[in-house]
Amino acid sequence: MEFEVFGNKDTRSGFGEGLAVLGEQNPDVVALCADLTGSLKMDAFQKAHPERFFQAGIAEANMIGLAAGMTIGGKIPFTGTFANFSTGRVYDQIRQSVAYSKKNVKICASHAGLTLGEDGATHQVLEDIGMMRMLPNMTVIVPADFNQTKQATIAIAAHEGPVYLRFGRPVMPIFVKPDAEFVIGKADVLTEGTDVTIIACGHMVWKSIEALKELHAIGISAELINMHTIKPLDAAAILKSVGKTGCVVTAEEHMMNGGLGEAVSQVLSRQYPVPQEYVAVNDTFGESGTPMELMTKYHIDTPDVVAAVKRAIARKSIII
Amino acid sequence: MENTALAGIASQVRRDIVRMVSAVNSGHPGGSLGCTDFLTYLYFEQMQHNAADFQMDGKNEDLFFLSNGHISPVWYSVLARAGYFPAAELSTFRKLGARLQGHPSTDKNLPGIRMASGSLGQGLSVGLGAAQIKKLNQDSTLVYTLHGDGELQEGQIWEAAMYAAANKVDNIIATIDANGRQIDGDVDEVLSLGDLHQKWVSFGWEVLHMDGHDFDSIRSTMQQAKAMTGKGKPVVIIMKTEMGQGVDYMMGSHKWHGVAPNAEQLQVALDQLAETLGDY
Repeated sequence: MEFEVFGNKDTRSGFGEGLAVLGEQNPDVVALCADLTGSLKMDAFQKAHPERFFQAGIAEANMIGLAAGMTIGGKIPFTGTFANFSTGRVYDQIRQSVAYSKKNVKICASHAGLTLGEDGATHQVLEDIGMMRMLPNMTVIVPADFNQTKQATIAIAAHEGPVYLRFGRPVMPIFVKPDAEFVIGKADVLTEGTDVTIIACGHMVWKSIEALKELHAIGISAELINMHTIKPLDAAAILKSVGKTGCVVTAEEHMMNGGLGEAVSQVLSRQYPVPQEYVAVNDTFGESGTPMELMTKYHIDTPDVVAAVKRAIARKSIII
Repeated sequence: MENTALAGIASQVRRDIVRMVSAVNSGHPGGSLGCTDFLTYLYFEQMQHNAADFQMDGKNEDLFFLSNGHISPVWYSVLARAGYFPAAELSTFRKLGARLQGHPSTDKNLPGIRMASGSLGQGLSVGLGAAQIKKLNQDSTLVYTLHGDGELQEGQIWEAAMYAAANKVDNIIATIDANGRQIDGDVDEVLSLGDLHQKWVSFGWEVLHMDGHDFDSIRSTMQQAKAMTGKGKPVVIIMKTEMGQGVDYMMGSHKWHGVAPNAEQLQVALDQLAETLGDY
């Protein structure tokens, strides 16, 4: 199972390119940033459409409120800052002025998770998916690579309602086709298999692709699903796959509490209980280090996916 | 509109407020009564707005955002009396399934409301966002916001205040309900705002003052504020009010911030407020 790779880029650059495309396509798209325009790759939009770009300064709560207010005149605001400051810092503003008020705000969050790297735990938010998926009316999207982040950025402008779009900093291989269609809420089945279903999001999709080679070598047939939309979750895709494989591994760059794995287990426990293993950060903060060092240390790396698959398959034989 | 006509509407609104909160034994009469004259003036004289055909996008009409959402009773009454929805619906306030939620929301599509509020400090940011889009849309109408003085203890207000001046958002008029009270006591005792006038001046705003219970003062100040828009600076009005205004036993203290009158107390209140437009 060879995956065509279209180069290496960071997902945040996919957001920047998608936003630039939207700037040309849709005059209703406006963008706000809290002093991280370069980090979020929003410069192209800012340069091309200065009248539609709003610099909020280091004042994220105000930025979310501004964005909510901007929807009232019919605009589609995209806010950009680090994931930590896009969620935990402004949870109440999002809750009241965006989610409860059903405002058409797109909260775009970079530098999510451990792969933010050297800045350390103050900036490495690992709880954001959980916070955002708990909010009614909120759509939560975690695209897997550069191309998919660009496609998702463009797609969410056409979706009416609040969206949380999560992406990151490290340069990673691009494997989603440049012309792929992004459909919110529809999972991408990347490989078909019979022994185990791996459900991954974000950077962990590539880590899972790497794991496929090793699994194949030891005779394990894995079905890999890129679950780019955490909410609404594609339960049909999960059940279809698990009906065939009988066990699941979820893989995410997020806390085990509240993340993709929990969302999946909610579907399984109610509709089709099977063994599930989690590749996720387990109730701990991160620390400084390179992105790849951190993924290894906190057990969200390729070998962790392989080990989790073995555990899940072993549990299938236990009759309860 | 004649002051006597405004006063008549305000008296009915005050009756609505005390009846609404008393009926469900909850809600916030104090601040509601204090802001009654202002909101009556705003909706019946100052703003260009279309009560008969409420549009969320509010294009080409003035917008109002209530940042201190707990004074929902006064807003609901003024909206109903201005024609946004039938006054009879005021009887559903805070009841299960009602469009008149405890704090304002867009959740149940109540005409007149464009943003949920209740968690304090958010309405100035929202108003500024709406105001900036009015400019982008070349819409010359204005944005009005109302805030409690206690609410100014929230940091987001000052983020927004800084942003407004830096970006020359000059199509917004914010009003502060300066009643000097909050839940735990006097604002000066709980957490003093210091020199509020100088704070807004130093944040780059035009600052006006008015008596929130004198329609002449409200009218002349609001007209002056409107004349100051479009000149590169945001405008704030520090409005002196009395919490509980119009009901003698509710005035002079913070105690009626969030307490509803019982049946006996309600009757005492109603005896002080003329029924002018017919009770709902």
